Amino acid sequence: MEIKKLERNGKIIFSEYKRGGGIIKALSMKRDEILFELKDSKLKGRGGAGFPTSTKWMLTAASISDEKYIICNADEGEPGTFKDRVLLSEYPELVFDGMVIGGYTIGAKLGIVYLRGEYEYLQKPLEDYLNEMREDNLLGKNILGKEGFDFDIEIFLGSGAYVCGEETALIESLEGNRGEARNRPPYPVNTGYNGKPTSVNNVETLATIPHIILKGAEWFRNTGTDKSSGSKLFSISGDCDKPGVYELPWGTTINELLDLVEAKNIKAVQIGGASGFCYPKSQFDRKLAYEDAATGGSIIIFNENRNMVSVLKNFMEFFVEESCGQCTPCRIGNTKLLEGVKQIEKGVHTFSYINKLRDLGKTMQVASKCGLGQSSPNAFISILDNFKDEVLNYNNGGANGRN
Amino acid sequence: MEEINKGRAPVSQKPHVIEKPKHPEYIGGSVKIQINEKDIVIPTGTTILEACRENNIHIPTLCHHPDLCVAGVCRLCVVEVEGMRTLQASCAFPITAPIKIHTSTAMVRKARKHIIDLLLSEHYGECYSCFRNNNCELQSLAKEYGVDHYNYGHITKPRFEIDNSSYSVVRDMDKCVLCKRCVRTCIDLQEVGVLEAIDRGDLTHIGTFFEKPLADVICINCGQCINRCPTGALRANDPRDEIWAAIDDPTKHVVIQTAPSPRAAIGEEFGLEPGNSLTGELNTALRRIGFDKVFDTNFTADLTIMEEGTELLLRLYKALVKGDKTAIVPQFTSCSPGWVKYLEHFYSEYVDNLSTAKSPQQMFGAIIKTFYAQEEKIDPKDIVTVAVMPCSAKKFECNRPEMTDSGFKDVDYGLTTRELAQMIKEAGIHLPEMPKSDFDDPFGNASGAGLIFGATGGVMEAALRTVIELITGNKVESIFENANILPIRGFEGVRYVELPITEVGSVPEILKHFFPDWNWLKGVTLKVAVAHGTANAKKVMEDIKAGGKFSECHFIEFMGCPGGCLGGGGQPIPTSAEIRAKRAEAIYKEEAELPIRKSHENPHVTYIYENFLNEGPCSHKSHELLHTHYVKRGKYIA
Ligand SMILES: Cc1cc2nc3c(=O)[nH]c(=O)nc-3n(C[C@H](O)[C@H](O)[C@H](O)COP(=O)(O)O)c2cc1C
Ligand code: SF4
Ligand code: SF4
Ligand code: SF4
Ligand code: SF4
Ligand code: FES
Repeated sequence: MEIKKLERNGKIIFSEYKRGGGIIKALSMKRDEILFELKDSKLKGRGGAGFPTSTKWMLTAASISDEKYIICNADEGEPGTFKDRVLLSEYPELVFDGMVIGGYTIGAKLGIVYLRGEYEYLQKPLEDYLNEMREDNLLGKNILGKEGFDFDIEIFLGSGAYVCGEETALIESLEGNRGEARNRPPYPVNTGYNGKPTSVNNVETLATIPHIILKGAEWFRNTGTDKSSGSKLFSISGDCDKPGVYELPWGTTINELLDLVEAKNIKAVQIGGASGFCYPKSQFDRKLAYEDAATGGSIIIFNENRNMVSVLKNFMEFFVEESCGQCTPCRIGNTKLLEGVKQIEKGVHTFSYINKLRDLGKTMQVASKCGLGQSSPNAFISILDNFKDEVLNYNNGGANGRN
Repeated sequence: MEEINKGRAPVSQKPHVIEKPKHPEYIGGSVKIQINEKDIVIPTGTTILEACRENNIHIPTLCHHPDLCVAGVCRLCVVEVEGMRTLQASCAFPITAPIKIHTSTAMVRKARKHIIDLLLSEHYGECYSCFRNNNCELQSLAKEYGVDHYNYGHITKPRFEIDNSSYSVVRDMDKCVLCKRCVRTCIDLQEVGVLEAIDRGDLTHIGTFFEKPLADVICINCGQCINRCPTGALRANDPRDEIWAAIDDPTKHVVIQTAPSPRAAIGEEFGLEPGNSLTGELNTALRRIGFDKVFDTNFTADLTIMEEGTELLLRLYKALVKGDKTAIVPQFTSCSPGWVKYLEHFYSEYVDNLSTAKSPQQMFGAIIKTFYAQEEKIDPKDIVTVAVMPCSAKKFECNRPEMTDSGFKDVDYGLTTRELAQMIKEAGIHLPEMPKSDFDDPFGNASGAGLIFGATGGVMEAALRTVIELITGNKVESIFENANILPIRGFEGVRYVELPITEVGSVPEILKHFFPDWNWLKGVTLKVAVAHGTANAKKVMEDIKAGGKFSECHFIEFMGCPGGCLGGGGQPIPTSAEIRAKRAEAIYKEEAELPIRKSHENPHVTYIYENFLNEGPCSHKSHELLHTHYVKRGKYIA
């Protein structure tokens, strides 16, 4: 699919910004003033989990250690997400300035960008950009004359596994190990990269921060809803005329979004990528927000002609392949769910077995070791619940009176 | 446990530890929690699993093992923690806050049942044809959760080929539950690193370097992975059929030797608590099974001490008196074939430090097919020698091409404790009820020095008892009460002892042709060390490489397995530090009661040096039969 270059307009991220602006302001502030500003802004992580960013930074800042790290999670592996790529290729100043501000706030000397393997072509321009920053003393020693504030950024190319976007698997991968999620607690804010306190932040989260520092928490909170402040980049794909990356305030409804991208005859919208939920038409008045239809930004649109069973099969195949394979519920659970979908496809399923699989999905959500396994049944459960007739009676499957 | 966690991290996962406070009574040192509505105070950093076990709350586990770092992968041990969205793996959750835990809610029970269902759905194996039948953690879990049918289907075809390339370890990955205990054992506990998870998703499996057969990689055959595998996915290469065939063949004279450690542990296979030795009972059972002679490996352990001790003195003499730079010290023990192969792979530049003395098992094989055959007038080609060992690496050892000095394969079969227990059961014998009997002549009952070979530090203690007496002419008892050299005992990973030699006596007859006197040893401080488990061996070897204090040692005992032979890869399953300590206790207790406790005082040893190896230890003839050489294998595999 070709992403049309749209005019980048939006209230927050795409608002005006000049390289270094946020850094200059931040360096004039005390660390706890920055933390307070972030707390006041109610900024939550844009990578999917929605953890309050100020809390993450505060915990990392409070962790006592000789070394700390700030990591930019640019693994962007969620199917249907491409907003981080836009930021990295068109707005690197926002991302890197956010990292410098983070380094200053939490006391890190090194920032690492974990760049998705497929974005290798971005590595060179980003390295060049970092060199320019070094020339301008936005990186390096005593940054902008701030005595004792040394900070630099490295780029690490990932090796192409979806699970490596999960922050602890990402850290394992950075350390040269198999990309597998760690046990938590302890959390990365205490025991992260090389066992040192580490803050892992999404590209977009970091890109938002310079704006907040520069323009204030109140300005930021003016956009969005009470619980979901600010705006969000949405990667919109599927059956619509204007796919692409859009900055929209939190609280936008699904209907509004569909209008914007000129999507017609829509049956379902998958919000949050493969690991998200599938919403039917009856729920299109729901709001995109942490408290309602939450998402890391991926929106996939399906029109009336789409077959929900093949949609689901695609998602399940993805998880069967991408599970890191270490924990039982996810490794075998996803295989079972996929087998179930294949039964439906052939029309040889029974209602009671599919219900048993739904039950299994519920266990996977709570018993899997990391977010991948915990969210992998979301599509299965929501498509089953929201498109029950289509799915269960698929291929005449229910017609034989099987149960 | 803590020792392990601080060790090298496994490749796949760095074990995270929250240090427990030294003073739980200080503020912040302990935390008040609630488990199933009951208030409990525990030291901060205790895992939920530990807290539950200490309070007699049962939590099912599969990937957790007390010897290994935390994995948290099977998810069977999940519990509910109030306020947390997901269930938490209790084995991997260190408690640092006053949380409320529920261990048996509907959600928890359902999750556990689901996990067992999932594991079974992919488990290709039949319990009745599996060596872990009745001693399998997966099977027990299925029983515990009352599994009476396959809820999520069941695999009908094998997915993997069985790898039985190795003399020691057989891998049947269709029975693997991916708990990664073997991975953690091999990488983290043993620091060998043969096994690792390969591929992702539904293709994930445990494999070797480039999926090579186990025989072609750097596996040291220690079998520690077998002992920690919860299922029948890993087992030893079992020679029972061949041995039964030999027993049933009237033309064969089948002789069995039994090592010290199996006796201290085999009772566990018959339902006894760890720590009950069944030496006399085992002798009787072996005769009833049909072995023609039952010998005590401790006899050749005594012989090993004579040979290895003499070799050490010769090396020291060469170095200290002759000033010969080619004299290689420290001398390393060579009786653990797991350790020997480890050194051959990882420190092959040090093969000349290994004592050339064969292990007791191999010495016995060579003696049986020469001296014994001669004395009993049996054609050695009709003799089948079996060795009962606590060890899987012994199977590899007896198949080494060097081990044919008698003109035949010196030891035909290495049999593990587990396999022997199986044979005894097949013969309809309940071992603990057997009357006791002695070992057969002409080797009879050996000294206690041989017996303690079974525990880490035992070889060193046995050697010191003999060396001290031979050099000083004084009784060991005058230095160490009851001849128990306590500083060398225990389970500390690496132990180091210095023994100043302040007085010397006269050289015993048997060694006179090597040494005119002992004066050159006067004033020397004998430095010795002990390491068990190859991870600890590695520490010592790295220190030696760096020229540290262990490079100044004269003699170092290395054992491939944690705990020494009593923790060997052929011993009954399960294993834990506690079980190994009980086995050691049993060995030391039995030893303390023996009439002869020093190798050089064993009359059968004296006899063999007078009548067979009559040029004494380390002579031409003993070199031919009782000594060997090693292979520089290197770390890299073709
Ligand atoms: C399977 C999986 C994949 C993930 N992939 C990404 C990713 O590609 N990019 C990202 O920023 N966060 C990803 N996350 C979320 C991260 O674990 C983490 O929450 C996030 O990087 C934190 O940053 P934030 O607080 O700024 O959102 C993923 C999580 C899971 C469970
Ligand atoms: S949930 Fe899936 S991806 Fe996460 S640890 Fe378990 S197997 Fe790996
Ligand atoms: S491994 Fe366990 S469950 Fe599997 S066949 Fe063997 S005894 Fe049965
Ligand atoms: S036998 Fe020892 S070295 Fe070989 S795989 Fe098992 S643990 Fe590793
Ligand atoms: S082989 Fe055994 S120990 Fe290793 S992962 Fe499989 S079941 Fe676990
Ligand atoms: S025993 Fe805790 S996860 Fe396996």
